[in-house]
Parts: sequence; structure tokens; C-alpha cells
Amino acid sequence: MGSVGAKDVPVLLSPEGLRIDGRRVNELRPIKITAGALKHADGSAFVEWGANKVMAAVYGPREVHPRHLQQNTKAVIQCKYNMAAFSVDERKRPGLDRRSQEISKVIAEAFDSVVFAEEFPRTSIDIYIEVLQANAGTRCAGLVAASVALADAGIPMADLLPAVAVGKAGGAIILDLKKEEDNFGEADLPMALVPQSGRLVLLQMEGHMTREELATALDLGVQGCRGIYEVMKQALRDRYAVAPAEASA
Amino acid sequence: MKPGPGTYRVGGRVYASVLGLLSRHPPLVQVVPLSGRYIPKPNDVVLGTVTDVQGTFWLLDIGAPRWAPLHMTGTPWKIEIGETDQYLRVGDSVVVRVENLDPTGRIGVTMLGEGLGKLEGGSIVNVAPARVPRVVGRGGSMIQTITRRTGAQVAVGQNGRVWVNGDPEAIHRVREALRMISEEGQRTGLTERVDSYLRATGRSGEQGLEEPPNESARRDAPAAPYASSPPSEGSDEEHDGNADGWHDEND
Repeated sequence: MGSVGAKDVPVLLSPEGLRIDGRRVNELRPIKITAGALKHADGSAFVEWGANKVMAAVYGPREVHPRHLQQNTKAVIQCKYNMAAFSVDERKRPGLDRRSQEISKVIAEAFDSVVFAEEFPRTSIDIYIEVLQANAGTRCAGLVAASVALADAGIPMADLLPAVAVGKAGGAIILDLKKEEDNFGEADLPMALVPQSGRLVLLQMEGHMTREELATALDLGVQGCRGIYEVMKQALRDRYAVAPAEASA
Repeated sequence: MKPGPGTYRVGGRVYASVLGLLSRHPPLVQVVPLSGRYIPKPNDVVLGTVTDVQGTFWLLDIGAPRWAPLHMTGTPWKIEIGETDQYLRVGDSVVVRVENLDPTGRIGVTMLGEGLGKLEGGSIVNVAPARVPRVVGRGGSMIQTITRRTGAQVAVGQNGRVWVNGDPEAIHRVREALRMISEEGQRTGLTERVDSYLRATGRSGEQGLEEPPNESARRDAPAAPYASSPPSEGSDEEHDGNADGWHDEND
């Protein structure tokens, strides 16, 4: 992501243990979730997470297109992750590429393990994720947005799916990498958690870590996910909250 | 506690599977969804739109997860194979009843029965299926308020599609009332607020204003949709009407 030029590697961790944006190693970037942000989708959510801005829309369960993907015993979950041309500082060539195909696939598979797809045989649940502004961790932000959108669409599932990336930068294991930490750091480990069961349904890694560091990173990530889980639930409560009845007009 | 609809059980604990309101009626515990597509139930009367015409059946979009086939034998017409398109075309709206559901999710519907048939004229407004009980109101109170105050004909399908017929002004006011119900569906005193809104926007000397509220509190045959007509209007309950009628899918 982005071009690593001959620029000097920034100091990712100060001697005081602070990161380039002043966070501690176990701190998340500020996250704001708006459920039901779109009118025409069955469910939707807008996530602003650090400098990331991600919109997710969910349609379905509905008729499957193309028809040959239809399954007789369960709904198929189709996901399309896309980055806008203006989402990064150098224009991103629009359209499908290997990276977005991979992310679409891992996100669809993550949801496949929590959504009760057997309740809707021969249908499709379509998830669209649009990254409007990217600053590392967009697959996690997209997953969080899609998960809230699925709940907003009334689709039955085991739990919401909070997700976050952990990694290693400046020699330390850190939570929720931002762009510089992702580009110049030593490792990146995005993950998604099912809070109800404690299972991980998405786990990828780029870079190098020792086994001990991996164990620390997983613990830190689970902690981070639990924090995001609360924000997701609150977003849904806010969307469906009943304002106290005002005096009738 | 027994896990009911909208819940699942793991290791002796019951969890919600959909976003909704908790409802506890021992021994059953369930979650009533606040959103989501229409989930068909047998004998529901629903409004559908034709999406495809085949030799012996039509496919209807009733807002459910799948399209519902309406077979030509389920209509009051005598049709030869291949003549289906002379009766209903893509885009036409119909009132049908859910007849049977099978485990593969297939939804069988019929047009045989009182109050069922093709809709002519009017326009269709969508509300969330979860809001249908509020649109109808207790004993039909909400829908009667709306028809009395606007003079429009209104029929509500269990799938959240509402057919409205009348002059453009009346249709617009019904649409506004339905939007109010969609947005404020969980608050109390909704019928009164819709009533005062419609009264405030109505022209003076509106028909039926002095009608006592329960005058037309009757329900049609159980199979019929919650249809309601203004009391002083000629009882034009039949859905045939203006030749220059129009259809509009909207929300």
C-alpha cells in the first residue's frame, strides 16, 4: 500500500513508549460507527476509524445472481470490497485487483461462519464495502462496517464480528496500526473475533514475529476487538433507540 | 427457557440471533426483529409485483427472500398454457395469499379467495414489515383514522406493501402518514399524532370529519387484507377503477 520511497523510516515508537500519533501500544484509534447510513440498502453502516472512512451496504437475502452460484441448502454470501480511486494519496486504479479480490473472499468467508445461512436456502446475501479513505486496517474497518450493516438488515447470525489489526513496529507489539506503522513496521496481523465463542474467523499475517510475540499480539487483538464490539453494539442501539415521546404537536 | 424465533442456544445459554426486542413468555423466549425482509407465513395476504412471466406461472416479488411463483391454476381465470402474459405482465401489482411454504424456501401463493386479485390504479408505498401492526393499529384503528381523514382507499399487505388509491392530494397525505409511522413506530400515542397531523393538513369541510371514531370498526373476511375505505365515499371496495390509473413503486 503506497510507495515506500527513499524516505527515512520514521521513529515508530518513542523512548517514552508513545507512537507517532501519541497513542500507547494498546490504544485504538478513535472509532465512530453510524448504523443505517443509507436509505435504499436493506442494511448499512458507515465507519470512521482513525483516518479510515468505510461505507458498507447489505442486500438480501434475495434471489441469487448469477443463478449458478445458488446453493440448495443455504444462502450464499457474496462480498465485494472496493477502494475508491481517491481513497489513497496516489490515485488508485479503479476496479478489481488481486488485493481487493482476496479481501472480498476472506471477509465473505468470515461471515459465512457466523451468519445463519441455512435459514434462507437458494438465496444470496450481498455485502458491498466501499473504502472512501484509507489509512491501514481497511479490511478490518470494512468487516466491522459490514457486520453492523448485516445486523441492521435483520439477518440472523451468531454474533457481530469486531475486527482489528495488531502488529509489530519499532520493536513493540502494537494495536490498530496506522499507515506509517503498517508501511515501515515489522509485521501486520489483521484478525476478526466472534465474541460469543471466542473464535477467530479471520487471521492473516504479513511480516515476521516470534511465537511469543504472536501470542502477545493475539491477546492484544482480542482485547481490541472487545472494545470495538461495544462501539458496534452502541451504534445499533442508537439507530433503533426510541426517543422519549414529545408533547403531541 | 426454550429458545424461540430470533434466538439460538449454545451450552445451555440462549443468545439473540437478530437485532430486535426481547419477548419473554415462559417457557418461550424470543427476539422480535426490528428490521429485515418479509418472512412469509401461511395465510398472510400480501401485495406483490410481477417480475417474470412464464408459460404456466408468474413470479412475484412480495418483498420476501425469494420470488413467489403464482401458478395459473391459482387464479380465477381460464388460461391456456402460454397465454399467461395476456392476464398479468411484468410490473403489474396483485393481492395474493401465501398458501404453502416448503423447507427449500419456495413460497406458494394463490389469487383464489375474497379480496384477492389484480390491482388497478392507485399507488404502492412500502413500509418495513415489522411496522405492519402499527399501520393497521389495534382493531384497525390506525388505518381507519387514515382513510377517514384523507378520503383515500388503503389496503395493507402483511409484507409491508400498502396500496393507496384516491386523488393525488389524498395519496400524498397517506404517504406522509405512513412515513410518520415508519419513523415513530415504537412510540405511544401514534394514532393520535397521525390523526392530528392529518387533521392539520386537511382542507376545511373535509368529508367524514364528524364521523364517530368507531363507526366503521369492522373487519373484512379474515382472508382479506386490512382494507379500508372512507365511510361516506361510495362503497367502491372493488379494485377496478380508473382506466388512467398508475402504478408507482416507492418508499
